[in-house]
Amino acid sequence: MGTVQTVKIVITGPFSAGKTEFIQTVSEIDVVSTERKISSESERIKERTTVAMDFGRITVDDDLVLYLFGTPGQKRFDFMWEILSEGMLGFVVLIDSVRPETFREARMILDTFRAYAPTPYVVAANKQDMDDAWAVDDLRIALRIDPQIKLLPCVATDRESVRNILLELLYSILEELDAQEV
Amino acid sequence: MALKGNLRDFGITQLLNLVNLARKTGMLSIEAPTQEAKLSFKEGQLVYASLGSQDEHLAQVLFKAGKLTQEQTRTILARAGKTSDKRLGMMLIEVGYVTQDDILMSVGKHTQDIMFQVFSWSDGNFRFEPNMLPPEDRIAVPIKLENIIMEGTRRLKELEQLQDELPNLDMALRFTDRPGTNLRNINLGVEEWRVVSFINPRNTIRQIAQANSMSDFQIRRIVYGMLQAGLVELVRPEGMEKVPVTRPGTRAVTPSPAQSRRPPPVKRSVVERLIKRIKRL
Repeated sequence: MGTVQTVKIVITGPFSAGKTEFIQTVSEIDVVSTERKISSESERIKERTTVAMDFGRITVDDDLVLYLFGTPGQKRFDFMWEILSEGMLGFVVLIDSVRPETFREARMILDTFRAYAPTPYVVAANKQDMDDAWAVDDLRIALRIDPQIKLLPCVATDRESVRNILLELLYSILEELDAQEV
Repeated sequence: MALKGNLRDFGITQLLNLVNLARKTGMLSIEAPTQEAKLSFKEGQLVYASLGSQDEHLAQVLFKAGKLTQEQTRTILARAGKTSDKRLGMMLIEVGYVTQDDILMSVGKHTQDIMFQVFSWSDGNFRFEPNMLPPEDRIAVPIKLENIIMEGTRRLKELEQLQDELPNLDMALRFTDRPGTNLRNINLGVEEWRVVSFINPRNTIRQIAQANSMSDFQIRRIVYGMLQAGLVELVRPEGMEKVPVTRPGTRAVTPSPAQSRRPPPVKRSVVERLIKRIKRL
């Protein structure tokens, strides 16, 4: 029996941006998460919060599996980011379009991951189905995202939306591979 | 789509930058704990501002600017207090009290003064209503937001905030490609022009500061202002060891090495298989 190749895409973003939902929407296994006692006021936004990584899986075929890793949103788990970024194909930065108070943190996460691994990435403006969501064009300016970087509308609970985000990332990876071959 | 939030999370400088770059038309209402402001924009330019419940009459604006005497102002308010600003302006020009330039400059300054007061607000709910225009009877004087942002930023004093916004001085800068952006109509101070002359993707911000004998705080303040005004953008530094500073006649600045790109750790065929699989989700 041959070895199964595993590849990794990291889903990152601020606390409560929708990383768990994003992975859960497309993963064939339930996302690994662990309940813990909520200790800070800000974490009461969520019913439960994760301390382990979010982890999802998509089996491609008999010898290829894609793992989706979600970074912990809380600042005290920053050390996990460097570990997760090793060997990843690319990453998705999820933005909470409804909470401008998280934009600064999103920008910091984006800069951090770009520094760890200059692999392709896309930015997904999540919760675009909500009335209070900032428009994608406004988010690009607000977060100072380069025009060449894909910034895509996203609803993390919608399978088609999540599929679109992953596809766009994969297309970017292909473009990068083609550029390296030239 | 709503553009709303609180200044605690998204500051006034960032808001103005967004309005400017997106060339928005509409009204921005800000409710601070003790005051309220309404700012009108047309295609990314500030055209009108009011503070609190009072909406100052043209006569009062002209008096404050020194274009009318107290006596003239009293008379006008008594006789034409309900006349629209536009109509009153024409009447004052006709009788020779003021010129059109006087009116435009005074109203423009009044608008800017309100804007600079709002700049100091760090807390307050804001909401942008697209396409809402200023009151019909008021005189709208377009003011470029880049200048407002630069001046407002010059007044910005908190070192902590600058460090937060621009933590990494080992990034480089380049001019943005926005159509219509040029440096001629932008008012920059001497120190800012000195920085402009060094802007090049091969020079990091730290190197520019060293070349100009500027402190971290000084260079952060200048670069932050330019970033917020959309004149420049941050980039990874290019080039390797022997790249000189662009401005002739100055001492060479040793560049820091640029970060090299790594190819994704995967073959093309694997990515194609992934794409095929994801499409089937």
